[in-house]
Amino acid sequence: MKPTRAVGVIGYGGYIPRYRIDAAEVDRVWRGSGRKEGQSFKAVPGPDEDTTTIAIQAARNAMDMASIDPNELRAVWFGTESKPYAVKPTSTIVADAIGALPHANAADWEFACKPGTEAMQAAIGMVGSEMARYAMCGGADTAQAKPGDVLEYTTGAGGAAFILGPGQESVAVLQASTSYVTNTTDFFRREGQEYPNHGQRFTGEPAYFHHIRSSVTQLMEDIGAGPGDFTFAVFHQPNSQFPLRVAAELGFARDRVEPFVLTNMVGNTYSGAAMLGFAKALDIASPGDRILLASYGSGAGSDAFSYEVTDNIIEARKRGVPIERYLRRTKSVDYAMYARYRGKLRPN
Amino acid sequence: MHFARSWRQQAANLRLVGSQCTSCKKISFPERIRCTQCGSTELKDHRLSGRGTIFTVTRVFEAPRGFGSQVPYFAALVELEEGPIICAMLTDVDQKDASVGDKVTMVTRRIIAHGDDGPIIYAYKFTPELEG
Ligand SMILES: [Zn+2]
Repeated sequence: MKPTRAVGVIGYGGYIPRYRIDAAEVDRVWRGSGRKEGQSFKAVPGPDEDTTTIAIQAARNAMDMASIDPNELRAVWFGTESKPYAVKPTSTIVADAIGALPHANAADWEFACKPGTEAMQAAIGMVGSEMARYAMCGGADTAQAKPGDVLEYTTGAGGAAFILGPGQESVAVLQASTSYVTNTTDFFRREGQEYPNHGQRFTGEPAYFHHIRSSVTQLMEDIGAGPGDFTFAVFHQPNSQFPLRVAAELGFARDRVEPFVLTNMVGNTYSGAAMLGFAKALDIASPGDRILLASYGSGAGSDAFSYEVTDNIIEARKRGVPIERYLRRTKSVDYAMYARYRGKLRPN
Repeated sequence: MHFARSWRQQAANLRLVGSQCTSCKKISFPERIRCTQCGSTELKDHRLSGRGTIFTVTRVFEAPRGFGSQVPYFAALVELEEGPIICAMLTDVDQKDASVGDKVTMVTRRIIAHGDDGPIIYAYKFTPELEG
């Protein structure tokens, strides 16, 4: 899929909370198996942070880079599965914070970990059809897990935002995009429940691997490209092994993928995961590079995109905030502080 | 709950919108209807940059009702680069970065949530500038 008019990313930005908990600390509390420290961490939102505040900061960083009048945005669309309000859009608050209201479409998207890339496809359509000059999309989450659940080792927090606009203004121009979606119940949360459930072993091969392989294979066929044509490839990253394995299966060299697997530093940021990886790839890419972005969302589906980086990226990056700065800004917390920050301990 | 008041304050809370006097150019925050410098009533909305320095700071251990989940926190007077001095909480900050004269920038955070079923108020706090 691609619009008739050239469309691309004209600005992007990310955000990661500064607190980190070591997976070994989660292990100490729930399993006591003596897991080695310093191997993997996840980002923990502070007591005054949530999906909305993460999305706002990512959106501001993207606006700084794009350097456009916020009133020219015709859409502000964020995807998340951890909405602070069950009813009341997060995107209206984000749009207000960047000054894009009232003449903009604002809505929240939901598809487990991939609503942000769905919103990206819609934004591409909106700009490509000339309904809008600019449209913002993004994904952000403060992922929750049942205390003691295997998910608790990796449920992180973070997000990223992308502004789509005309090809000639872009830092990366879209070549094509595909979606591969099936009705698969591998991971879910029922209405009113605090924590999600996962389909145990059902989550790997028939879910993550099958859908990403299918979307990426279709994309490469559509544009007549092979894995060797991409400088970098970014995959959804529920853990650090899955993206490397699916990349190997598809024929991508490990060194083209690994720098954008942030799971060991920030955990699985759900709707933010693939998008933060894509932002990090844009942070280090050179003009002419091709980048593959492939998301995955349970339920289940994968969106794949091919972008080509333009000369504009050199100047645009000077106005942005590299993801690396947020990766370096860390303060470690123990399980007790983590429990407090996540609202599991209630003060008077 | 203060739906009407928080709705009126949203431009200030989320975008740091104050006012600028059209005759003497003085910038005020929050928004005013009369210039404190020249008395003019011709003022227009002005969005502040959100960059400033800590003017005074104190650490709060006994918080007002509704802020208990955030203690201990730093409360500061922040001198914005456009001139106004505003009272705000600091966030993501350690003692070593919360001294008079330290540079800070505006971020948007949850200030208070009214119970489990009331509205969430998002507004400005200040945080140390991200290291390059
Ligand atoms: Zn005046």
